[in-house]
Amino acid sequence: MVENGIGASVRRKEDKRFLIGKGNYTDDINVAAQTHACFVRSPHAHATINSIDTGEAMASTGVVAVLTGDDLAADGIGPLICGVTVTSDDGEPHRAPAHPALAQGKVNYVGDHVAIVIAETLAQARDAAEKVDIDYGVLPAVTDTGSAADEGQQQIHEVAPNNMCFNWPFGEKDAVEAAFASAHKISTLDLVNNRMVTNPMEPRAALGEYNEGTEEITLHLTTQNPHVHRLVLSAFNQLAPEHKLRVVGPDVGGGFGAKIFVYAEELVVGWACRKVKRPVKWTSDRTEAFLSDAHGRDHVATAEMAMDENGKFLAMRVMTQANLGAYLSTFATMVPSYLYAFLLAGQYTTPLIYSEVKAVFTNTAPVDACRGAGRPEATYLVERLVDVAAADMGLDPAEIRRRNFIPVDAFPYQTPVVQCYDSGDYEAALDKAMAMADYDSFSARADEARTRGKRRGIGLSSYVEACGIAPSAAVGQLGAGVGLWESAQVRFNPTGNVQVFTGTHSHGQGHETTFAQLVTEQLGVPFENIEVIHGDTAKTQFGMGTYGSRSLAVGGVAIAKACEKLIAKGKKIAAHALEAAEGDIEFADGNFSVAGTDKAMNIAEVAFTAYVPHSYPEGLEPGFDENAFFDPLNFSFPAGTHICEVEVDPETGVVEIVKYTAVDDFGKLVNPMIVEGQVHGGIVHGVGQALLEGCRYDSEGQLITASYMDYAMPRADNVPSFDIDYAPTNPPHNPLGVKGCGEAGAIGAPPAVINAISNALGIKHIDMPATPENVWRAAQTAALG
Amino acid sequence: MYEFSYHKSASVDGAVEAMNKAEDGKFVAGGQTMLPTMKHRLAAPSDIIDLGGIAELVGITVEGDSINIGAMTTHAAVAASGDVQTMIPMLAKLAGNIGDPAVRNRGTIGGSIANNDPAADYPAAVLALGATVKTNKREIAGDDFFTGMFETALADDELITSVSFPKPTAAAYMKFENPASRYAIVGVCVAKTDDGIRVAVTGATPCVHRGKQLEEALKGEFSSAACVGVDVPEDQMNADIHASAEYRAHLVKVMTKRAVDACT
Repeated sequence: MVENGIGASVRRKEDKRFLIGKGNYTDDINVAAQTHACFVRSPHAHATINSIDTGEAMASTGVVAVLTGDDLAADGIGPLICGVTVTSDDGEPHRAPAHPALAQGKVNYVGDHVAIVIAETLAQARDAAEKVDIDYGVLPAVTDTGSAADEGQQQIHEVAPNNMCFNWPFGEKDAVEAAFASAHKISTLDLVNNRMVTNPMEPRAALGEYNEGTEEITLHLTTQNPHVHRLVLSAFNQLAPEHKLRVVGPDVGGGFGAKIFVYAEELVVGWACRKVKRPVKWTSDRTEAFLSDAHGRDHVATAEMAMDENGKFLAMRVMTQANLGAYLSTFATMVPSYLYAFLLAGQYTTPLIYSEVKAVFTNTAPVDACRGAGRPEATYLVERLVDVAAADMGLDPAEIRRRNFIPVDAFPYQTPVVQCYDSGDYEAALDKAMAMADYDSFSARADEARTRGKRRGIGLSSYVEACGIAPSAAVGQLGAGVGLWESAQVRFNPTGNVQVFTGTHSHGQGHETTFAQLVTEQLGVPFENIEVIHGDTAKTQFGMGTYGSRSLAVGGVAIAKACEKLIAKGKKIAAHALEAAEGDIEFADGNFSVAGTDKAMNIAEVAFTAYVPHSYPEGLEPGFDENAFFDPLNFSFPAGTHICEVEVDPETGVVEIVKYTAVDDFGKLVNPMIVEGQVHGGIVHGVGQALLEGCRYDSEGQLITASYMDYAMPRADNVPSFDIDYAPTNPPHNPLGVKGCGEAGAIGAPPAVINAISNALGIKHIDMPATPENVWRAAQTAALG
Repeated sequence: MYEFSYHKSASVDGAVEAMNKAEDGKFVAGGQTMLPTMKHRLAAPSDIIDLGGIAELVGITVEGDSINIGAMTTHAAVAASGDVQTMIPMLAKLAGNIGDPAVRNRGTIGGSIANNDPAADYPAAVLALGATVKTNKREIAGDDFFTGMFETALADDELITSVSFPKPTAAAYMKFENPASRYAIVGVCVAKTDDGIRVAVTGATPCVHRGKQLEEALKGEFSSAACVGVDVPEDQMNADIHASAEYRAHLVKVMTKRAVDACT
């Protein structure tokens, strides 16, 4: 057994530098001759730009340059792109309006980027930005998701009639209708999946440097995927050839999806530093972050379930309208389509599913992936509908789930919505969670609460998600413009310590620790002798980055495969040195040994020999340094049951979460402490969506919730201590036996919370966020005996 | 933030003199409202007169049956004061629940009541306890101090020096917090004082006010049940995305009932 290997809750290596203030974030980096940028943003949600006068701004103290969309177009830079194609019901690809990185003639949301002002200091840039004189012709705004495509609505983009991006039907419509026609019972639910601002702690930032001598641009960015940024900026935005562009994602303070995308500010800073021949730095302030980071969720949907007389699901029909905002962000089209509809089976054997997704443009910030990305929307809809169905059938919510679960012996299980689940034991997780939550004695606790004037409720959520966001062939078939594998390089230095280069990116997940544990387990090198390096296109060969809970399930396997190659090569070197046949060499705990003898050689000695090959196998390359790529055969399917117990104060509408139980299946855990942290964070994210977070625009397109004074983020006192356990199953296609864990909480929690509140008040439904006033109103109308 | 001239004085007179010389000066106490407003470029004073160097404005003293709190005393200091905790525990608790630790370590009682934010906590205590606001010019009764939204009886060159709180027989403050900002959506302070029963309501309307009808009802019978029939008019209530006027009016009664229960 290796110390600090797989299964050990090793304390995080990276925390020392964060705790002593030695982290190195983009805004911490300052370079000689650096200038500061401020973006001039639209104050209007929808307007034509009649003229831009930059004269007074250019004359302002300290100003280096003021650049607009005309300058950008003249240099042939941009526009921004969306990398996934969805085919609409008319057979045409989704409508993709031009998305210039600086507006050209029109603005389409409050915060839309119109000009960049570059000055010697940030204060000077901000002063000058106020002097850019823009004559706007204000147009009516469209902000409401549900009515954006209605007849007579203001049109936003010429290429998108009725503000429609796509109408994407999926499934066997006629068969579903026939099943509904003959069903014993049909349950129906209208619901809203509330819009969220993703809110990583560190705001976005970019620092661009241009070297006139080498003609290379170096961009330090707040990115979750430096190589994806480089690829898109180079191949699609014409910023620079790929070999003349270096993208570095240094320490990044959280992403939650919002830092996947290639944003206008990043492209403009990269272009501007070459234009002004000075380094240019831009750091978003918090108001800009609210206005211009991609937002998440924002669906309105109607869901229907057809059942037989035993509550067995026969067919499901889902009509969804999804808001994509003013322009298409990098992966916007994928979120409400493939990442959403393909999860609508949930944990159930529902044989027929029909889904129609209408994606619409509005005069709001672009909407894209936010922790879970489509899967929280699907899970919330399914798990809420299942509770409504249980009530309609007079069944306990746990019982209707059991009757419809995919049984443990049915895996691999082909759902009617593309995904083929590889492994799972849904009933085991439910049983364990119910025991931990004392589900069976809930009614006694509800009675006791009633004596204090409170209403208790309990809510289940049995979720499954598809993460890893791979294999390449699958995402390619779906219209993705990239492959989705991961790469790794494991390099021994001559002195025996190890550098691990990964194409994933850690922005809080603890990869430097988890990946070092993988290597120490496999190669027997002491944990402290391993350094994990990520986030720099000049260091790591290539990689697709970190999102969709993919880093361990895909990137970790690439590391393991590189380790296997090292062991294979090491056997050759050891066989030569130990004067044995290669086939007689065994490797364990860091030592190569000759089977049946005490002759052995440590892997550090093997590495030294590989770099100082004085006596070395003939024909073998020197060096101890291996690359590997991993493209999995399927997605990863974490699953579990979460149970939330709430106490509602009907007099004020305040909801207190009194107990929260989560039993998850993440396969094998590498670092249980880090996994637990991911579960905690995910649940809090989900509780935030369920109770607190609601991004709101007014009818003129002004963002009302543009600061923490009005946008409520969850805090420690909004949640209890969590009761967490696991019910693992082994995913057969994953060589490490691991599944993703980063998004599960955010996917599982919202329906558990809303199911609990609905249960407490005896109501069919309440929309998120279940704010005190909304809960109070629901309590007024509910028959509270 | 726009450019401004910065002054720091060691005395009240020096600060007032700097204010009189300034074109459009502003006193800054803890700066917890002023500085964010300036950073957002929503305020552009020509001069900032920092009160942080005036030692005489800091401190808590017991004067007979009253507690005198210097204007520049932080919320954290009031919350931690043994004298406040003993004589007016409600006030220590109120101060200890303003904002977050960073705000409480910078924000001051003088700054809070001079700003008179409609959702601030201290104004409710000043009004309910019948406190006296002492300035460099005069003494102002709590009832006369708060004149409108972000408006007070203070003249431009008038500085709060301290606030004197008489010890009540009993008092409680119940705050229904905005889930985002944690300011009061509705805060109700109920006090039994030598002057009778006083109820002050913050957060609900554009300016902190006495709940006279609630006081009348409680004079008859000091119990939460007595509040039930009181009419709290919706038409004067604030309304925003966090709480409608109807909900706020409802909360005024609920918070009053809970404060009364906490007093008894």
